[in-house]
Amino acid sequence: MSSADSQSLAVAEAAAPVPLARPRGARISARIGAVPWWFVLPALAFYVFVVLWPSIEGAGFAFTNWDGLSATKDFVGFAQFQRLLTDPAGVGAVVHTLLIALSITIVQNLVGLLLALGVHTKIKSRNVLRVALFTPAVITPVATGYLWKYLMTPDGAINQILGFFGLTALQHDWLGDANIALWSIVATVVWQFAGYSMVIFLAGLQGVPEDVLEASRLDGAGPFRRFWYVVRPELAPAITINLMLSIIGGLKLFDQVWVMTSGGPGTSTDTMSTLIYKNAFQFGDFSYGIAMALVLAVFVAILSSAQYKLLGRQGGSK
Amino acid sequence: MNRYTWRTFVLEAVMVLVGVVFFLPVYVLINLALKKPDDQSSPLAPVTSITLQNFSDAWGQANLGQALLTSAFVTVFSVAIIVAISALAAYPLARVTKRWSRWLFFVFMIGLLLPFQLALIPLYTTIRDLGLLGNPVSLVLYYAGLQVPFSVFLYTGFIRAVPLDYEEAASIDGAGPMRSFFSVIFPLVRPITGTVVILNVLHVWNDFLTPLLYLSGSSQQTVPVALFSFVSQYVSQWNLVFAGLVITIAPILIAYFAMQKTIIKGFASGLKG
Repeated sequence: MSSADSQSLAVAEAAAPVPLARPRGARISARIGAVPWWFVLPALAFYVFVVLWPSIEGAGFAFTNWDGLSATKDFVGFAQFQRLLTDPAGVGAVVHTLLIALSITIVQNLVGLLLALGVHTKIKSRNVLRVALFTPAVITPVATGYLWKYLMTPDGAINQILGFFGLTALQHDWLGDANIALWSIVATVVWQFAGYSMVIFLAGLQGVPEDVLEASRLDGAGPFRRFWYVVRPELAPAITINLMLSIIGGLKLFDQVWVMTSGGPGTSTDTMSTLIYKNAFQFGDFSYGIAMALVLAVFVAILSSAQYKLLGRQGGSK
Repeated sequence: MNRYTWRTFVLEAVMVLVGVVFFLPVYVLINLALKKPDDQSSPLAPVTSITLQNFSDAWGQANLGQALLTSAFVTVFSVAIIVAISALAAYPLARVTKRWSRWLFFVFMIGLLLPFQLALIPLYTTIRDLGLLGNPVSLVLYYAGLQVPFSVFLYTGFIRAVPLDYEEAASIDGAGPMRSFFSVIFPLVRPITGTVVILNVLHVWNDFLTPLLYLSGSSQQTVPVALFSFVSQYVSQWNLVFAGLVITIAPILIAYFAMQKTIIKGFASGLKG
């Protein structure tokens, strides 16, 4: 094991939600001298200016009727949120966003895990495959969006391939059919980022002890039991990180949707991000857009802390 | 499991097939960019007479040279600032065990949960009032702040895992905390700096929504936005569009293939949890 590997294992432990209170606190400064507190100031300044303060401000604007330009704004309480509830496009966007986040999280990680398990074997092509499968993840999402938009046109490559195998029944207008356009976008995102999940799982697989695997095989454990009892506990931190990244990425999805369908046909693929953009920058409805963003913030917070709680325990018991 | 059995061979065949399917879209992209616009063959059929005309047309019409320069400027400066301020901030957060340090770390971590959409509009008005709309500097400012929480998270975890011995030795030799940070800690955490650089370069280079907002209407565009307006103009000329896509993803792809070992390793080492 190289030093980089052992250090990254150390990170895995250091990053776990562990012991903040360490009794050796006093000893640290005795050994290395006081670390200047003002080292945090530059980062804190950028962070407060760009993230923290505007977010607080944004949360406040959600309770007004500000249009983003005029000098006047009135406090309107929860009116914008009530509007969201009665606006079919708004409710639709919330539903689409949750569907997208959920399906991307499940499918992308499942595919990523299977790819990782397939690549983490004795096969000769494993290095080439690792590079090939990760390639889509480095491509600009705007570019992959256009690429798949083309592949998914009615006479595009996907329908041609289906036709070649005689599967004409499966041919669709992938992005023009309101019933499946959302899933076509999900497929594009999964294609792009499955390799991303794979690489994180692969790093976790490095920690699986070969001798324990071998011993459990000799004891007669089948592949599923070996995976569940030997591999999965080692993967817990990778699973946590992967789920967190894909949930957050799914809830924020904008680029691919905007490029492939702009929320259409109709409003069938509008997500909270595209609707926020439309309301705030095309319809001049700033506060309504921000009210949506606040709802989205609550979703992100609930979902990510829920999964953190759920899996944190597993990671801790490792 | 140590020998190459027929089972391994079946697995190999399946995985290669999966790999081909995954790579097929990238093949179509490059294949189509090399075809003449009047070539009616299937997008899957290999190009027979290669043309580079699409590339020179796309380059000129989408103003890609300028876009690549703007993207490079924004990426280099944002990532340099992110690395500098995050590593610096992580040092006391990792080494000071007083209450303020724990609280501050927590405050930074809130940033991981806040969706950027919430801050999007208020920050937009601030940037507008500062007169920075249309100026790429606004993007550098934005990314430097936006990417701090994640980078601080990675650096803090990594520095916590570095044994105190090195700094202790340095302090016995008379080095102050500043000196310790720059000559001991920062070189030691180089692997995580790699991860931070890779993740942030990818994020900044590929981001679409922010430059769409902040640079809209100006002559300076980043690559994704230039692509977007280019494609909106030439939407049915896919050969031209794909040549544009190839040009813009080429720098990233070349860098990726040249350094794939480092990138995949660096990417995974900081992220696996």
